Amino acid sequence: MAHPAEATSEHGPGVGHVVPIRTLLGVLAVLLVLTIATVAITLFDLGRMNIVVALAIAFVKGALVLLYFMHLRWDRPFNAIVLVSAILFVVLFIGFSLLDTFQYQPEVIPGYAPALEP
Amino acid sequence: MRTSETQLGAAGPAAAPGPSRGDDYLRHGTGIRSWLFTLDHKRIGILYLVSILSAFFLAGMFAVLVRTELLTPGKTIVDADTYNQFFTLHGAVMIFLFIIPGIPAALGNFVLPLMLGAKDVAFPRLNLMSWWLWVTGAVLSVASIVIGAVDTGWTFYTPYSTTTGQKGVVPIVLGVFILGFSSIFTGLNFIVTVHKLRPKGMTWFRMPLFLWAIYSTAVLQVLATPVLGITVALLAAERLMGLGIFDPALGGDPVLFQHFFWFYSHPAVYIMILPAMGVISEVIAVFSRKHIFGYRFIAMSSVAIAILSFLVWGHHMFTSMSPLANMLFSALTFSVSIPSAIKVFNWLATMYKGTIQLRTPMLYALAFIFLFTIGGLTGLFLGMLAVDVHLHDTYFVVAHFHYVMFGGTVMAFLAGLHYWWPKMTGRTFSEIGGQWGFWLVFCGFNLTFFIQFLMGSRGMPRRYYDYLPEQAIYHQISSVGSYLTAVGFFVVAGCLWRSLRQGAPAPANPWGGNSLEWWTPSPPPHDNFAETPVADDPYDYANWTYDPALGGYVRPPGRPA
Repeated sequence: MAHPAEATSEHGPGVGHVVPIRTLLGVLAVLLVLTIATVAITLFDLGRMNIVVALAIAFVKGALVLLYFMHLRWDRPFNAIVLVSAILFVVLFIGFSLLDTFQYQPEVIPGYAPALEP
Repeated sequence: MRTSETQLGAAGPAAAPGPSRGDDYLRHGTGIRSWLFTLDHKRIGILYLVSILSAFFLAGMFAVLVRTELLTPGKTIVDADTYNQFFTLHGAVMIFLFIIPGIPAALGNFVLPLMLGAKDVAFPRLNLMSWWLWVTGAVLSVASIVIGAVDTGWTFYTPYSTTTGQKGVVPIVLGVFILGFSSIFTGLNFIVTVHKLRPKGMTWFRMPLFLWAIYSTAVLQVLATPVLGITVALLAAERLMGLGIFDPALGGDPVLFQHFFWFYSHPAVYIMILPAMGVISEVIAVFSRKHIFGYRFIAMSSVAIAILSFLVWGHHMFTSMSPLANMLFSALTFSVSIPSAIKVFNWLATMYKGTIQLRTPMLYALAFIFLFTIGGLTGLFLGMLAVDVHLHDTYFVVAHFHYVMFGGTVMAFLAGLHYWWPKMTGRTFSEIGGQWGFWLVFCGFNLTFFIQFLMGSRGMPRRYYDYLPEQAIYHQISSVGSYLTAVGFFVVAGCLWRSLRQGAPAPANPWGGNSLEWWTPSPPPHDNFAETPVADDPYDYANWTYDPALGGYVRPPGRPA
């Protein structure tokens, strides 16, 4: 809690930062719009950009949930560090595993490696 | 206690200063419920201790059965399928039920709040839940033996584990899933406790090194264990519903399972060894009667090991990965040896010109340094790609990880158990009995496993039921060693059991340590400390002097004691 004193006086002890209901509803609206956008974008074939756009929208949605619904925006920076390092570990894990998979894929099925096709 | 060790052990009825013995945690409540539903970290530590020692006994029996089957080529006592189940259960029970929770959950639970001068861990109920989850996971895992014992090896590699008719796979991986949560809860609890409950005077760099080790372990438990949960959940789903993530017939990738599994299980190796290193840092300094050498280096090397442990999982898969990943993982693997070596050198430097007392805990600690060094250096052979091709899946690997896990972690666990035994039970144990136990375990261990380096480098594959006649002599020496080790463990158990029945009351500070757990009576009162202590340098032993009448160390009058 970034403002323990404030939290205690306004909302009683043991209650953290409270996000105004308007903000929550606003974020919810944005999330719904982005969900519709995710579906709508599938109507257009963007080639290789399909996955990039879909993941970009998902990233924004995830960030909104973390920042507002999970209060990270008002939390101590330490919690943000924990989150970022957890994401780095996921990137490390998936990155190395995929790197390996792509590397040995041609050996597994000689001459047939759809994942590596341009 | 025995008359033979009047010099240090026989304390007589004299107790430590502080609250009376009547209110110690062992007598604070009576009845089975007061134990099974206790929120006291000390009692939960004891519950864990009894539980993991039961698991250790079970898994140890499987080890003896495995070694007995291997006494002669071909069938000795059981058929090949039963043998496969024996070594699988030996591995799975040892790893998931004993060695992972071993030092953190049993010794750590007992000692960590005491070292912090705290009344308890941050979340006592979560702590109790963690133990109950352990029990639930253990029951499920062991129940798999009845349903249909698995023979996949403790690693549950796919597609073998998902496509063969083994009924026990689902219960045992569900058990592992639940045990994972037990481990996560313990880790979470310890992280918060170390952050929030440090006493006055204890800055981060004045924490006992055991706490640094437990803290680093806890970070690993929280970060890595969820991946194990995902992995075994996917495995169960694959088996029950045919998801096809790991099954090549359904477009899956079995090597992906190995990536998933080792992303947890390599850090888990450090979940097993880091707390052990913490115990050694305490014991070496206390029994050298000298301030620990290189405090910050030992503390930071624990953190470095925790971080580096996430970068090396691929070295378990050198024969199944691509050349590029192999090169990266091989290079990264060598980096872990740096912080490990830093620790060993600092322990040696601590002993240099110290007043070394060869008591039972110190003997185990010295054995740890010796055996861990062998285990660590043989790891370099395996981390090297060209050599690993020859040694992969041979007894050389078996010997290597037993030198690290048994020679390292179990030795340190025994060091810690003997070191904190007087604090936990309020009883001193027979030094002679303790040392007999040590030498038997030490000799038995080396007899069992050193020969396996030779066996492995001469091409004996691991897990095999049968072998060529020229390998027989190695196997027989190894099996005899395992019997000697078993006898050693019975001596250790007998010595400790006897101390419970007949041991003299332990003084508050039998070894002369200065971390806070030695500032309260043995066994500690329910609330740990009569008043909240103020911490000073945990490795400054100068103010403690030995009192032969008490059989322990005291602070001269005029100082707080």
